[in-house]
Amino acid sequence: MQKNTLTRFLLVVALFLGQFTFASDTEKEVGEHDKDLKTEIKEYITHHLQDAHDFSLFSYTKENGEHKYVGFSLPVILWDDGLRVFSSSKFHHGETLAEVDGNHYKLYHSKIYKTDAEGTIHYDEEHHATNVKPIDFSITKNVVMIIITGLLMLWLFTSLARSYAKNNGVPTGAGRFFEPIVLYIRDDIARPNIGEKRYKKYMPFLLTIFFFIWFLNMFGLTPLGINVTGNIAITVSLAVMTFLITNFTGTKDYWMHQFDPLGKSLPWYGKIPLYIILVPIELLGLIIKPFSLLIRLYANMQAGHIVLMSLIGLMFIFKSWLGSPLSFGLAFAISLIEILVALLQAYIFTMLSALYFGFASEEHEHDHEHEAEVAH
Amino acid sequence: MEKLLEEFSLGLFFWQTVLFGLLLFLMWKFAWKPILNAINDREDGIKNALDAAEDAKREMQNVTADSEKLLKEARAEREAMLKEAREIKDKIVADAKDQAQVEGDKMVKQAQATIESEKNAAVAEIKTQVANLSVDIAEKIIKGELSDKKKQLKLVDDMLGDIKLN
Repeated sequence: MQKNTLTRFLLVVALFLGQFTFASDTEKEVGEHDKDLKTEIKEYITHHLQDAHDFSLFSYTKENGEHKYVGFSLPVILWDDGLRVFSSSKFHHGETLAEVDGNHYKLYHSKIYKTDAEGTIHYDEEHHATNVKPIDFSITKNVVMIIITGLLMLWLFTSLARSYAKNNGVPTGAGRFFEPIVLYIRDDIARPNIGEKRYKKYMPFLLTIFFFIWFLNMFGLTPLGINVTGNIAITVSLAVMTFLITNFTGTKDYWMHQFDPLGKSLPWYGKIPLYIILVPIELLGLIIKPFSLLIRLYANMQAGHIVLMSLIGLMFIFKSWLGSPLSFGLAFAISLIEILVALLQAYIFTMLSALYFGFASEEHEHDHEHEAEVAH
Repeated sequence: MEKLLEEFSLGLFFWQTVLFGLLLFLMWKFAWKPILNAINDREDGIKNALDAAEDAKREMQNVTADSEKLLKEARAEREAMLKEAREIKDKIVADAKDQAQVEGDKMVKQAQATIESEKNAAVAEIKTQVANLSVDIAEKIIKGELSDKKKQLKLVDDMLGDIKLN
């Protein structure tokens, strides 16, 4: 028991002190720890990758088997025939039911389900819970991280902006580090992809999205167990914004290209058979572009976290003088790569967004030439 | 795909969209606009300064070229002046030589003429003097000869004898 507790504690510390909520069924099998360790690590990783309703910094297991959590609870906001707001502490990390206004809610695999007073979860054949899920507008851990990142960005960049005014156009402090990045996004992402004339109106979005993704990626590498950019809802939201901006700022040429890709090169009767295939493909392309964005960011961040945590978990599975240092070394190397990936993914998202904006705001040069000829 | 849909949380999507929208707006207003403007202003300033430096350089080059040109002109002028002076000098010397020649010739001729006339005068004088002397001598001789009778007779005889001979 002593050894088991110690192992668990080390695991918890090493797994970057995330949250440690055991599903109730594994908790009952604590005795068979050898087989259990792999399952435990797997569940720990799965749990870490998901959003959480409370912000635990780390947790550990006391000798009597009781779990202790260090962190703070967050507000849960549910829409279930009216707004229900209560603290996530009521769930006790999924261990108890929360009773609010006569309704019972259970936290099961990081999701809130409406249950009866006993907390029964009904399953379908594929072991999916079939209970009613109220719409969950909770301020979750990820929402808190978004707010923190937003405040950090506001603080960093408004102070950079102020330092320009104060210092006659010369940045000071952290601005010296961030200004070249801002310039890089302007000169090497926005300008070449969107064009000298139109890049300015896209700059705020590109800059915001770059630093937002980058900072959140970097937060994901801290030992706080944060995985915001590896969450599908976040990447969907970001990609939807790119999609909306692309299509709302699209020029006439852009829409002409969508619905009339061949232009004047073919008479209308020749186009009909081709366009039955071409136009749907073009329209599909509209959706695929942001879809690739959201999947790329999601998958990269998710995969990075899984690989890193698995390597750390391997240390506890090997338990040998050769294997553990090896997986430690690997984990260290992967961490370094992940720092690069964090920047790279932010860059790619921004770069591709800029590319799509460039497509959308492009005005074809040959059309102007043609108009000029007509004018003559 | 099913797992993705399962993972998708509408609440998180909602918060992310709202918060990101808000962040975008605030950053736009209070960070990116002043930052990009400041950077633009600074770049314009740098560009202007560079242009001004370029202008100044060009101006400088012009000035240098001008002064070089002036120097060249001055040198050429000096050269020309020196050449002219030399020519004038040569001409003066040549003229002087010619004139001296002519003057010399003239003086020699005059001298010769004077010498000639002096000589003629001297010869004429000598001739008169010789004639006078001869007459005087002849008078004296004749006076001596004719002082006594005998001698006169003898003279007559001699003269007669000469005549016969002729």
